[in-house]
This record gives sequence, structure tokens and C-alpha cells, in this order.
Amino acid sequence: MNVSGPTSPAPREVAATRQNAVARFCHRFALLFAWALTIVLFGVLEPDSFLQLQNFTSIFNSQAVLVVLTCSLVVTLTSSEYDLSAASVLSLSAMLIAILNTQQAVPIGWAIVVALLAGLVVGAINGILVVVIGVESIIATLGMGSLVSGITLWISHSNLVSGISNTLVELVIVPRFFGISLGFVYAVVIVAALWFFLTYTPLGRQLLFVGRGRRIARLSGLPVGKLRFGALMAGSFLAAVAGVLYAGTSASADPNSGDSFMLPAFAAAFLGSTAIVPGRFNAWGSFAAVYFLVTGIYGLSLMGIQVFIQNLFYGGALIIAVALSIMVRRSETREPDIAKEGN
Amino acid sequence: MPPAIPILEARHFSKRFGGTTALDDVSLTIDSGTVHGLVGHNGSGKSTLIKILGGYHAPEPEAELIIDGKPVRLPLAPGLFRGLGMAFVHQDPGLIGSLSVVENLRIGAIAQERLRPIRWGEEARRCEALLTEFGMDVDPRATVETLRPWQRPMLAIVRAVDEIRQLQGETGIRRGLLVLDEPTANLADSNVHQLFDVVRRVRDAGFGVLFVSHDLDEILSVTDHVTVLRDGRVVGSGPTAGFVRNDLVRLIVGYDIPPATPRTVETRRTDHLVEVRDLSGSGARDVNLSIAPGEILGASGLIGSGFAEIGPMLIGALPVRSGQLRLGATTMELSVMTPAAAIAAGISYVPGERLREGCIGELTVADNVTLPVLHRFFRGWLRTRAIDDHARSELQRFGVRPPDPTLPLEALSGGNQQKVLLAKWLQLSPKLLVLQEPTQGVDVGAREQIFAIIRDFASRGGGVLCLSGDHEQLALLCDRVLIFRRGRIAADLAGPDVTKDRIAHECLGSDLSSAA
Repeated sequence: MNVSGPTSPAPREVAATRQNAVARFCHRFALLFAWALTIVLFGVLEPDSFLQLQNFTSIFNSQAVLVVLTCSLVVTLTSSEYDLSAASVLSLSAMLIAILNTQQAVPIGWAIVVALLAGLVVGAINGILVVVIGVESIIATLGMGSLVSGITLWISHSNLVSGISNTLVELVIVPRFFGISLGFVYAVVIVAALWFFLTYTPLGRQLLFVGRGRRIARLSGLPVGKLRFGALMAGSFLAAVAGVLYAGTSASADPNSGDSFMLPAFAAAFLGSTAIVPGRFNAWGSFAAVYFLVTGIYGLSLMGIQVFIQNLFYGGALIIAVALSIMVRRSETREPDIAKEGN
Repeated sequence: MPPAIPILEARHFSKRFGGTTALDDVSLTIDSGTVHGLVGHNGSGKSTLIKILGGYHAPEPEAELIIDGKPVRLPLAPGLFRGLGMAFVHQDPGLIGSLSVVENLRIGAIAQERLRPIRWGEEARRCEALLTEFGMDVDPRATVETLRPWQRPMLAIVRAVDEIRQLQGETGIRRGLLVLDEPTANLADSNVHQLFDVVRRVRDAGFGVLFVSHDLDEILSVTDHVTVLRDGRVVGSGPTAGFVRNDLVRLIVGYDIPPATPRTVETRRTDHLVEVRDLSGSGARDVNLSIAPGEILGASGLIGSGFAEIGPMLIGALPVRSGQLRLGATTMELSVMTPAAAIAAGISYVPGERLREGCIGELTVADNVTLPVLHRFFRGWLRTRAIDDHARSELQRFGVRPPDPTLPLEALSGGNQQKVLLAKWLQLSPKLLVLQEPTQGVDVGAREQIFAIIRDFASRGGGVLCLSGDHEQLALLCDRVLIFRRGRIAADLAGPDVTKDRIAHECLGSDLSSAA
């Protein structure tokens, strides 16, 4: 299954590639321009309510969970696997913390450890299904996602569990400096770490090759199976981390909380792959995409537009991002090679 | 049905691609109830001719095509051949392995059927009658993947015949032509005669058959008439009975058979660097070969003869049933080889299909070159400047134009891409370099540079195994060439025997004793 991102610099014409440097710069930062444009647009339309510092800090703080979940998808998508269980892992992780902490009186630190371990276990099962047995990742993780959701509903008796220790809440959502909470800081640190991993470590580069051409990676001597397995584990782990942030953000866990993050995270990952490092799923592009999407939705909701705008906006963004990337790629594919004609 | 009218008459077929002429005023007449063989080397124009009939290429305007006595307008629209009573069976038989024989036979009809429910019982009976008619003992309800390998092209042939007959029932078409394009290329010899039996039954049922093949044994045993193409021209045509094998070889190659040079012991080396023993699996059987330090060993053969599979088998990229590889002092079991282990042992394999197996075109040259050596540049973080510098110096060393590591690899020409791949693999300082079609899609100037790189590697004591269907390249590059036929090494050419013509003759399996 090829989920490699869109657009690469134009082939064939070396000189043209150089001339396109300006165009490439614009391409890289187009999403940031679009974000700025959105802010200006809503600033003009709703000058009193939109351009408030607290609006921005609340957007930044509340979306840390989505940023981390998107990072989880960036890892798995880079290895060309779909992880549809990530949002369910988020719910499970938050619910485990809530139940252990409020009903079993487990200290919050240990509850977090258990939640993260649960993420690793789900990732390992995904890895066994996808890498060892050879199930298509989209099917394996679809099934795992449903299974994990079932477990979450079961252990919570389908109830919202609230009253999570204030220690976690303070460590995540309480504003610290200029209204920015630690949760946002964690998200930025994770994005930076993912950027470093994908750009500056051999493992990150190898993962890219595994995603782009499994056979080429194998012929180049890479441990393809281990890398794919590791990507699925890491993705699930990050989803569990997102669950920890969710528990800290809302001081409670809703067994269905993850569902509403699934589509936005995919939309942000694909939209992010058109920016910063166009053509690759990348950390900072995803970061920008999350906040571009959220700013748009926030602005529209200020204008009195209904809740359904979220679905329209995220769904539309996902479809447009993927369609754009495919169209750009198709326009760049080379003409049929005449040298290969004949016999 | 007047027998005097041929089923197909192609007149003055020419085709030019840019500056090269693939087909030059070729005329061909096929009679009903005969098997017409079409032979020629790679690049002789066989495929071009067939692609014109299939509607993939437009011929030059002077071409005429007459089918069953009626002129047909050229170029044919893709797929139009069906309406003319033609059917094609390609090297890949186009069957769906997980479906049953009946379903595969009826794919075409089922695709067109809109409303009428399919009566599977009836279909199975029809199918059984059809299979029996052509002498195939196959259960219509078996899945295709359970069939023997040689039964699959047979099934494809029967399906093609059935499709023509369906059409005959619906329209006024009276006769049919079956085009078989290398139907035996992937088969072992022992069961080819069963496939020939089906071909003869098809002929006896009144069809014309155009049988395209590299293999002269097949042409001589199954065809009634034969046409030889060379460099896009017809160089010989007539009843098969009028040719002996060496006539055909001479026509195909264009030269007389060069005399065999008496072997001298001096051309053989005994200080082997690499030894492969009893390698079997993936289309090759009982292969034994050895390479001395500094030796460039070639391997060649017809499509499907097994030579091309040797490279991937040596590094564990294709299944191996049995065999050992000795490299220097270490001996490895090839059935458990992996690419990573091969690299660690000092084997570099440069695959033939660059953009599918060798590198990732949309990533940069530096990314592609440094993939196997990334750990060298990791000290806390990947030193990207050092990576680019290393890649640039490798590009300069191997004469890549332009030596810019930040370009996407697919922006380079074929020859430069190949040099990048050689750089990627030679930086690992391998002991054995295995090359697959190293100059495919490479221009002449770059080809010389690539040869120089390979010779330089060998001159410093490395062993080279070059797998190629390009006989000229092998003659220019190799010290010794192994010829594969039907999965086995059939000849071992060394010294003065390593010529383009001699390699070509051996690939076709010419009978040198009768030539002398």
C-alpha cells in the first residue's frame, strides 16, 4: 500500500529545477501563508471576538492532543502503513488513567506508565498482524481499533469517568506563561523530536526508504520487517501519549473521546505533507496543518456557523490535501520512455 | 471458406521511434490452419509488429492490413483486434490465480453480461467440453493457482480460442487468428510438448496461429511456416520444413557461425575468489560457477533461461532451494541468505530496473547514495553537510553529471543514475559485484564510463558477475561468459570465444557439430 506523500521537485530538467527554487520556497511555506491569511480574514470579519490573545492561547492549548496524535500518524505513514487504531489507543490510554487513578486509587504516575504500556502492547499486536502475518495494515488496524474501543467501553461501562488527579491537570493544561500551558510545550517538544528523528537520525531516513520502496530498502540491506514493526509500536506509543495529554486536558476520560480526533489527525498529516518538506509526511508541516485547520474552524464557529462545520472542514481538508498531492504528482510523472519501446 | 484467402496479410509495415527504425517495410502473410513462426532477437521488431496488430502502435502511413480478404483501416484502435477475430496470448497469461478455471475462461463473457444470471453448472459443462476438445485434462472447478505451470498458458490459449468462437457466433466473422507472444518463456522444457499439442489442435480447428518465440527448437517443432526478422526487416521466410536449425541461426544473427576456438588451459584460472556450488531454485538448476580475483564473468541466455535470476538468488532476494556460496574463506548456505547478510559478506548487487529496484527517484541523490552507510555520518545527529560532501565526492569520482547531491535522482539521465547506483554500492568496498543489465537505457558515452568503472573495480582484485541479455556488452566487458539454456549452464565461453556472435549462437543453442 503506497501512502507516500505528494509532490517532489520536477524531474528531468535540471536547469528548470534550479529556476524553480522560488516556487519551491513558496510551496514549502504555502500552508503558513494560508494560516496567516485565515487569521487576517477572521480578524477583519470578527475584529472584536477573534483577535483576542486568549483565543490563540486556548487554541494552542486545546489542540496539543491533536498535534501528538498527528505525530503518531506521521511515524506510521512514513513507513507506508495506515494506523486506524491510533484514536482508539488514545481513548484507551485516557480511560486507563481515569479508572486506575479515580477508582483503583493508583498514583497518577503509575497510571500513566500503565497507559503507555497499553499503547505499546497494541502497537506490538499491530506489528505481529501486519509484519509477521502479513495482514494489510489498513485492515489489521481497523479491526484492532474496534477491538480496543470495545475494551475501553467495557472497562468504563460506557461512562465518562472524571476526577483525575489535579497533579496531571496542572502538568498539562493550567496556563503557565503568557497563557501557554505545559501541554502545548510537550506537543512542541514531541514535534521537534519527531522532526529530529526523521531528518537527523539514520533510523528516520531508513524508515523513509522502507515507506517509499520496501523492495529497494530490502535490497539495500535494511531490516525492513523490524523497521515496520518499530514504526507501528512507536505510532501506538505516541497515540497513548496523546491519551495522557487528553486525560490531563479534561481531567476526565470519555470512552468515545478518540473518535473525534481520527479524521482531523489524518487530515493534518496529509495536509502537512504538502508543506515545509513537501512530498514527505513531516513533523512541522503537520504542526502547521493542525493549527491552520483549527484556526479556520474556530473562526467559522465565531461567525455563528454550526458544529457540523468541523466535519465539513476536516473531511474537505483531507480529501483536498490528498487529491492535490496526487494531481501534482501526476503532472510531474514523465512521458513514456521511448527507449523502452521495441522488443 | 475459400482456403486461398489468407487470414492475415500485413503489407509494408514500418515503424519509426524518433530516429530509430524499429520496423522497416515488413510484409507477412498468415494462412488459416497453419502455425506461422516469427523469430528474431531482442530489438528485431517482433514486439513492434505485434503491438501494431494489437493497436498499441500506429504504423507509418504506407502500411496496409488485410484480414480475411477485407482491407482494414490503420492504425487499429486499441482493442479493435477482437472485432476482427484476433486474440492475443502474452508471456504473462493474464489469468487470476485465486479464481477457478471456469471463471477464468469466462471472464470476458461475464464482463459483458448485464442481466442474464450466470448458470455455473452449464458453464462448467461447456468448459469441460472445451478443455477436452483441446486435450486438456483439467478440472474446470479447480483454482488456477493449483494448475501446473505449463497448463496456465494452455488455458490462456483455449480461452482465446473460445473468445474468437463467441465472436464468430455473434457476428459474420468466419475465421480467427491467434497470436502467441513467447508463450513458453517461463516454462521448463519437459512439458512444453503438451502446450504444443494444444497449439496444433487449435491449428487443426482451422485457426491461423502466429507463434512468436526466441527458441528455435520450439519454432522447428511446432510451426508450419517461419518468418525471421532482423533489425526490423524480414530476412527470411518460408515453410519450416525448408530450414535447418543453422539456417535460422544465421538469419537471426546475420553472420556465419564463427568457428569454435580450441580451448586453452591458460584462459582458465584456478585461484577462485568466488565459488557457487549446486545452486537451484527460481528457474535455475544445478548452477556451478567460479570467479577469479579481477575476473569479469558474464552470464546470458534467452528470456526465461534462468541467467537473470542468478543475481537476486545470490543475495537472497529470490527463493533458493539449495546451493552454497564461497567467498574468500567463508562459505554460506544460499537457501537462508538475506540481502543484509550478503552486504555484510561483501557482495554488492546492482539491480537492473533502476527506478523499481535500485533507488527511489523522487528522493535526492545524496539520500540514495548514502542509504547503506548512514551510520558513518551519525554522531549525535546526522551530519547533513558531511553527507552531501561525501555524496558529491563520490559523484565526482564516478563522473556523474551534474555532481549535485541535492537533486532528485530521477532528474538525472539513465547513465548518470546508473553511475550513482555504482557509487552507492562500490563505496561499501565489496569483494563481489553482481550487476544486472548495467547499461540498459544508457547512452553510448555513459556506457564506456560505466565499463571503465567496472574494469577499474576488477583490476583492484574484485570479482564481477554481469548478467545481461545484451551480447555486445558482454563481449566488450567480460573475460568469460556463461550461457544459460532452460535453467542450466549450457556453455562456458572464454578468451577468443567471447564475441557477440558466438554468445548469440550459444543462446539460441546452435548445433556447432553440424555446422562444422
